[in-house]
Formats: sequence, structure tokens, C-alpha cells
Amino acid sequence: MSRRGFLGVAAAGIAGAVLAPGIRLIEIAQAATPSAGASPKVRWGMLIDTTKCAEGCTDCVDACNSENGLAPAKRSTDPQWIRKIEIKEAKTGRTASLPVMCQHCAEPPCVDVCPTGASFKRADGIVLVDRHSCIGCRYCMMACPYKARSFVHEPLADQKPDVPRGKGCVESCTLCVHRLDKGDKTTACAEACTKAGHGAIVFGDLNDPASEISQRVRAVASRQLRADLKLDPGVRYQGL
Amino acid sequence: MNPPRSACGASPPGGRHQRTGGAGSAVSAWLVWAALLSPAHAGDSRTPLPVIEPATAGTQCVEPAEVMRRNHMRFLKHQRDETVHGGVRGAKYSLKACIDCHASAKTASVAAAETNFCVSCHSYAAVRIDCFECHTSKSPKLAQGATR
Repeated sequence: MSRRGFLGVAAAGIAGAVLAPGIRLIEIAQAATPSAGASPKVRWGMLIDTTKCAEGCTDCVDACNSENGLAPAKRSTDPQWIRKIEIKEAKTGRTASLPVMCQHCAEPPCVDVCPTGASFKRADGIVLVDRHSCIGCRYCMMACPYKARSFVHEPLADQKPDVPRGKGCVESCTLCVHRLDKGDKTTACAEACTKAGHGAIVFGDLNDPASEISQRVRAVASRQLRADLKLDPGVRYQGL
Repeated sequence: MNPPRSACGASPPGGRHQRTGGAGSAVSAWLVWAALLSPAHAGDSRTPLPVIEPATAGTQCVEPAEVMRRNHMRFLKHQRDETVHGGVRGAKYSLKACIDCHASAKTASVAAAETNFCVSCHSYAAVRIDCFECHTSKSPKLAQGATR
């Protein structure tokens, strides 16, 4: 028997050793310590600086796609969690490029209209779809003023283990909830934007006065899209 | 009428095709043993019992096998609501953890082939689950190893 093989067997023997009736070492090693879960003290949000967002740049979209296992959208009906839009002020001709994703409203209309309760807002302000109860009626897609949600029309394969997705359900940006729950402090799009040197997306806790995003929104003028609807989105835009 | 108790049991020999070969006495001893132990043979069942692929060596299930056989769906359903709505991760029951230990070494999956862990029992019990229409059935560790 090789040295490694012997060690493996020895380790298995120790792991299987009974410490007390019904308790083995391996069970202690595997003892689950569940995370605390979404905290109502937190309000996750994003500040997008449109003056730093370059036209034609899709770094955030690509990062979102690879993080969440989305195929790049080819048709208008393909799921997309972030899309880049170009806007133009008709009077002055000023243009801006910006990413639009689920705005994670404090008063989400998608949650109001959902007939099954699949659309919901977590304690920390993230608006999600519970695919276990989504029936694919797409009422939330009609209700969302930001066109943030997509419907999955085609069967999918090879999903990411952390991001289950499937045909017949509505989906949208999750603010990389699987990363936040693990203790990460950023999303794939914000990380990619920073890493590429654009620094156009700041992600953080709007309720924490010391966080970078709180300091930024206090210092610079920013606005919510369609603030007139009083949905209080967690995503804010600078330089619009 | 009653399904055999060992439907999901640890490799019940009854449902497999009988092997041939070996010393005569050993074969006859095996046949007697199989006849005694196997409810399928006692009832002369036409349905072969599921062949359960063993979990990854050196792993330990979160509950005893009998409890898991009866209640895994309840554990998973309870946990999924806490995870999706409450953001509680890393608790005792998790589909990902099931897959990590039970994915087949060949397909790296619990549901890709007829003999894979989830499918073999569910097809025997005529249970059609749709977990794997959204959740991946593959273990990332094993899948990586397979492509290497």
C-alpha cells in the first residue's frame, strides 16, 4: 500500500471512530454552521457613474453572464440580467451609456402583482424570483417599469451550481445573492468594472454610513430612474 | 402489493441479473442467500430493483440512510425556502451537498444516466422530479476532473 493510500485509510478510520454513542468525528467535522441570512439592517445598492461608463463597453454584462451562467443574448427574447443602453438628450444631443438591471426597488411593483408570491423582496432589499413557485405568467415583466426581467423560453443545461435557472420561469439580476450570502462584498459586474479600470459601478450597503457607496451618494448628485414612480430603487445613477 | 422495503437499499442483489461463473458451491450458496434476502425474488417481481451507486468513499451522510430515504424531500424543501427567502446558506441539508457526494464517478452527475443516484430510485418509484431542470445535476469537482 502506498503512503498516501495508507494515510487515506487511516484518516477514514479516525473519521469513522465513535467518540460517544451516535457521534463520530466526521459528523463534527461536517457540523453545519448556517449563515445568519439576509439582515434587515442592510440595504444593498449600487451607484453607477454614467460619466465613466464607456459606450460599447460590455464588461459588466460579460461578467454577469459568466458568473450566472447566461449565454450572451442574441435575440430580444433571450434572458439578460444587465443590458447596456445608450440614451440621448433630444434638445442638446448629449449622449450617455449606462447599464440597466433590476433596480431592487424598496416598493417593487413586480412583488405587488405576482399571483403566487414567487416575486419577493428579501430582508436586505434584494428583489428575487423564487423559481419553486414561479408559474411563468410574466405579470411581473409587465409591471416592471425598467424592463429588468426576462423569461426563459428554452430548456437550459449546465447551469452554475450556485445559480439554478430553468425554462418557464422569470428571472432577473439577483445582485449576485449567492456571493453576498457567502460573505463577498461585491457583485460580478461591479468587480469586473473596477478590475477593468473603469470604476463606474460602486456596490455596497446604503444603510452603512461608513460604506463607500453611502459616502459617494452623500457627496455627489445621483438619481434614481423614474423617481416619479416612488419605487425607491436601490440602484442610483450619477451624471444623467 | 407492498413494495420491497429495500427499494433504495444498499445494493440489494435481487434485482441484478444473476451472475454466472465461479465455483459451483459458491454459486449455489449465493443463490440461496439471494433468495432469502431478496423480497423481489420472493414475490417474483418483474421490475428490477434499483442499483444504487455508492457515495464517494470517506463521506458521511447528514442523516442515517433510512431517514434520508423517507424524508430527503422534506429536508430539502424546508431548507430551500430558508435559503431562497431568508438567505441562509451552509445549513445541514443542501442539494449541492447531496450532489457532491452522490454524483457518479462516470457521469459526474446524479441524474445523467439511468443508473445515477437520484434517477435510479426515482424511476423505480415512478417519481418524476424537476429539480434538475433548473439545478445542475453535476458535481463541479467531478466534472472538472472528467474534462481534465
